[in-house]
Amino acid sequence: MRILIVEDDREAANYLVKALKEAGHVVEQANDGDTGAHLVATESWDVVVMDRMLPKRDGLSIVQEMRDRGQTTPVLVLSALGQVDDRVEGLRAGGDDYLAKPYAFTELLARVEALARRARPGEVETSYRVGDLVLDRLSHSVTRAGEDVPLQPREFRLLEYLMKNAGQVVTRTMLLENVWDYHFDPQTNVIDVHMSRLRAKIDRGQERPLLHTVRGAGYMVREMPK
Amino acid sequence: MTGEPAPERFSGLRRVFRTTAVRLSAIYILVFTAFSLSLVVGVTHEAARVMNRQIAEAIDDDVESLRDDYRAGGIVRLFFTLDERARRPDAGLFYVVDPNGNPIAGNVAELPIQAVTEDDDEPHPLAYTRVENGRETRHVALIRAFTLDNGFHVLVGRDIGERERFREVFRKAFRWIAGAMVVLAGLTWWFLARRVLKRIDQVSAASRRIVGGDLSGRLPVSGSGDEFDRLAVGLNDMLAKIADLMKGLKEVSDNIAHDLKTPLTRLRNRLEAALSDPADDDGRRRTIEAAIEESDGLIRTFDALLMIARVEAGSSLAAAGRVDLAAIAREVAELYEPVAEDEGVAFVVEAAEPVEVTGVRELLAQALVNLVDNALKYGRVEGRAAKVTIAVHRDGDHAVLCVADNGPGIPQADRTRVLDRFTRLEVSRSAPGSGLGLALAAAVARRHKGEIELTDAAPGLKVALRLPVEA
Repeated sequence: MRILIVEDDREAANYLVKALKEAGHVVEQANDGDTGAHLVATESWDVVVMDRMLPKRDGLSIVQEMRDRGQTTPVLVLSALGQVDDRVEGLRAGGDDYLAKPYAFTELLARVEALARRARPGEVETSYRVGDLVLDRLSHSVTRAGEDVPLQPREFRLLEYLMKNAGQVVTRTMLLENVWDYHFDPQTNVIDVHMSRLRAKIDRGQERPLLHTVRGAGYMVREMPK
Repeated sequence: MTGEPAPERFSGLRRVFRTTAVRLSAIYILVFTAFSLSLVVGVTHEAARVMNRQIAEAIDDDVESLRDDYRAGGIVRLFFTLDERARRPDAGLFYVVDPNGNPIAGNVAELPIQAVTEDDDEPHPLAYTRVENGRETRHVALIRAFTLDNGFHVLVGRDIGERERFREVFRKAFRWIAGAMVVLAGLTWWFLARRVLKRIDQVSAASRRIVGGDLSGRLPVSGSGDEFDRLAVGLNDMLAKIADLMKGLKEVSDNIAHDLKTPLTRLRNRLEAALSDPADDDGRRRTIEAAIEESDGLIRTFDALLMIARVEAGSSLAAAGRVDLAAIAREVAELYEPVAEDEGVAFVVEAAEPVEVTGVRELLAQALVNLVDNALKYGRVEGRAAKVTIAVHRDGDHAVLCVADNGPGIPQADRTRVLDRFTRLEVSRSAPGSGLGLALAAAVARRHKGEIELTDAAPGLKVALRLPVEA
């Protein structure tokens, strides 16, 4: 996946480039607004990571310009400002996701990958399947190895989001934002407790668990190779 | 002005004329003078009109009775009557000429002959000369002339000098009053301007002292309760508020210094120890993980502080709209229900009826999350089945969102203190937390023009956000 990082802090940018390369991506960086705007306009990217406050020009104005040109490349906006209105402003300018500094790299990676996946064209899926776990979005039903798994509405949405991003790490904040629509950190491990309940319903008594905890990052639904 | 700085004080008289009091009194005097003038003119005019009419009526009566006399007793009777009237002290004037225009009788020295020979339908003013004590004097009279059927012309009139004297008295009085008014107004100007300037100078001097750094200084209040006092009291209240805020700011920065420096020191010590300690990979990994955890805690504290500051500054307006507190309560309860169950806490939600307020969903949800978090962490007593209740109801024009536990509660004396940033009661020091949860909830309540109340749930603590339904 081709990722462009527009970030004026060279140390942070170098670290991101290195870490994203290790995760198997092709990464380039721009250290000021003009270079960033030029690279965004002249080359094709899968995801752009855009810092808000850049020398020479504002990151959000570059995003705005992209959208005005009709460019749909997903953009993750990075900012030291993390309040509700800053987020609203960032998303209104055309950003697809918003991450406040300082962030954990795993969080950024998970979001970048989720963005790239979201941007991939394809028909709207009416059901997800991972191994023998099937979630039907139309009938709101879940089956594991053909057996019906009764879920609460919130558990269904939790699993739906996880399965939509199957094979990729989903962080706790991503779950909180996408399933509960809360953009703050509740401090207590509320998500973990919800996940362990979901896991009990899906994986208990099964030979091969599908719901995995990724240490220091979040959760992932995938079928592990034997 | 040629760009040089304006002098800070104007010399005496110029300052007086620059005051608002002087400008206001000047306008007042102009208006008052114009009003009095029109009043005087109006009154004199009206009085003159009334007197004229009375005199005219008297003349008409005279003419009628003289005609009657002539009809009854001929010219001789008329002469008698005229002669008799002429002797009275307030005698009017009369004049009779024969058909050829020769004067026959009268008490007027000289008259234009046409005034007598031409008949008048109604009285009109005429200047004439009259003999008084052997001296001829000029007078003005209302006169009416008529002709008898034997060709004699008779003129009857009344002096209107009375009216003129009356007018003169008015004019004189007005001149005096106007003069006195101007003098009095001038004195008032002087007094007012001096008084106003003195008070303003006091206020300026006091504010210069305060700006100079003496925040404990206050503006002088004379105790008269006038507008200057009200202004001074208002400004003093403002100064007190500023002093309060400054004190709060100092406390907060002290707290920040303490609460952020402590974990930073811990973090640094740990990393230093790891550097000098020839630990194995596992040990190093644990140290690094602990360091990351510590820095995450710091970031959270920072975020919470920034959030409180932003909420208190009244920003975060972008997402404000009508929100249902009951729905928020149910959502948060749903989020926390598994945690409560895992920890063996009975969780009750009383939020069936929708209760709408104008606000920001995220902020209200976060405030509630903080309260629920606190209740779950600190609201427990050994040997008592823990129970946390979230309730939403309407109380008059307020919406109440409250969280109650049946734990140890908070002593009355500490209930205000816990709302401050970084306050952590000794009993809860051992449990994790930043001491910012209630401070944020309080800030969110204020942001929604409401308040936070801590009461005794007997047993336990009840924290309620009271928000106006109409913001």
